[in-house]
Amino acid sequence: MDTNAIYVLWLRDIKRFIRAKSRIIGTLMLPLFFLLGLGLGLGSLVKLPGGGNYFDFIVPGIIGMSLLFTSIFTGSAVLWDRQFGFLKEIMVTPNSRASIVVGRIFGGGTTAVMQSILVLIIALVIGFSVHVTIYTALAIVFMALIAATFIGLGLTLGSMINDFQGFQLVTSFFTMPLFFLSNSIFPVTALPSYVQYILYLNPLTYGVDGLRNALLGTGTFSIWVDLLAMIISTLIMTGIAVYAFNRTEVG
Amino acid sequence: MDAVVVENLVKAFGEFKAVNGISFKVREGEIFGLLGPNGAGKTTAIKMLTTLLPPTSGRAKVAGFEIKNKQNEVRKNIGIIFQDPSLDEDLTGKENLEFHAILYNIEKKKRDEKIGEVLKLVELEDKADVLVKNYSGGMKRRLEIGRGLIQEPKVLFLDEPTVGLDPQTRRHIWDYIKKLNKLKKTTLILTTHYIEEADYLCSRVAFVENGKIVALDTPKALKDNLGGDVVSLQVDSEGKEEFIRSLKGARWIKNISKHEDFVDLNVEDGERRIPEIMAIANKKKVAIKHVGLHKPSLEDVFIHYTGRTIRDEGGSTKEQMRSRHKAFTRR
Repeated sequence: MDTNAIYVLWLRDIKRFIRAKSRIIGTLMLPLFFLLGLGLGLGSLVKLPGGGNYFDFIVPGIIGMSLLFTSIFTGSAVLWDRQFGFLKEIMVTPNSRASIVVGRIFGGGTTAVMQSILVLIIALVIGFSVHVTIYTALAIVFMALIAATFIGLGLTLGSMINDFQGFQLVTSFFTMPLFFLSNSIFPVTALPSYVQYILYLNPLTYGVDGLRNALLGTGTFSIWVDLLAMIISTLIMTGIAVYAFNRTEVG
Repeated sequence: MDAVVVENLVKAFGEFKAVNGISFKVREGEIFGLLGPNGAGKTTAIKMLTTLLPPTSGRAKVAGFEIKNKQNEVRKNIGIIFQDPSLDEDLTGKENLEFHAILYNIEKKKRDEKIGEVLKLVELEDKADVLVKNYSGGMKRRLEIGRGLIQEPKVLFLDEPTVGLDPQTRRHIWDYIKKLNKLKKTTLILTTHYIEEADYLCSRVAFVENGKIVALDTPKALKDNLGGDVVSLQVDSEGKEEFIRSLKGARWIKNISKHEDFVDLNVEDGERRIPEIMAIANKKKVAIKHVGLHKPSLEDVFIHYTGRTIRDEGGSTKEQMRSRHKAFTRR
């Protein structure tokens, strides 16, 4: 691992994030509408099995969703860099492809977590009540792991696809099922058992469950199961991203 | 020692061979030029030598390391100034340089020193903290050139370094390239389709056409091979035949041709021979109305080898490659 490359790519993402203020506001809009529409609007009609407030239930789900979307989008930065030539500049320096991928994940992960914290603050203002435990701080860790997993996916897709239109098509092909076939907006048990298995294969399910464990003190699985699942998915997706990125040609 | 050794390097995109078996050696400290029209395969060759594209076949060593399996060692020893822009426009000029220096593991003190030095060189000191997206085209180009120099590479590749620059900046960059080569003994490999650039800068030039090297030598030797300078004399028809006959006695005249009332002589060192020619004319009482001296240019060499001129054909390289590819597959 070349720590210099990781540091530079991380710093680059932070600088660009801070400078793109309109982008920050833009990415907060979608979660805000979901909080209002689904959380408050639809939530007033929904009764959760086992009780509980639907708005509180859906906040971790919406944080998971915004992480999913921004992370895959962040991964697409490879495409932009290819387009604007900056990818060549990085690729020709004596740094391993793996550290370039890791630097990207760190940079994108940091900005995605910062965004999620903003979403969380908005939710708190609207009326989200955190059940504070010793595990609450783990919420940040779950945010980071969700981000890392899906930035890995975004990077993989960005390395394999060369044009923007194709990329948008393929990402929506991934993001929609990943979002709807997770426990983000309903509990796993709300679905027939054969569909539940699909949800168990989706890393987002464990990520959102981990956030619920950390922020609400309740979840489907133990918080440690969630943590282990997310660490494994992060490692697998990073590995796949490194493999895909290694094969990409700067042509 | 040779800084770069290329043996039968090939890069194929499907059926189309962008680089079709090129071989050459570049000595340490040399300025070596790949000269040819757009789409000839120069950039593809450079991409292989800088480890950005794996070769289809053949081999090459850069700074003593195989490009196929010692990529990281190659990368440590080279720098490249790309033909297309490769800056991060959302960062400032200085940040672009700083990030580059960190990627090459240059420690803070040396980094600041080098960044100051190149900013001064490319005259962007007062724009250092401006976002690159607010730079003009020429400023971006200068920043890229400065960036490629930061890590003081052993071998520096310059892919069309002065395209799109105004003549003044171009001259400036040329002089710097020469200075760099002289002071730091940096080996330079540049591609260009500007004849003057190759002629002014390069110790040796390889003409590239359709993925192949058609000629390789020093600019002088290439030009001399064409038969030296041409002295063109306009003479009165009286005594012309006699004049030609007496010229045939001079061994330093390689070739004599006549058309209308002109006599063309192929000689070396045309400037020095003109007085001698005049002396012969005087002796034979032949009146010479007009004398012209044409020194062969690299352009003439290129025409000689390929039967066509290097034109600045416009359009991006990619487009040119595409059209060539199309033409190729249609066959």
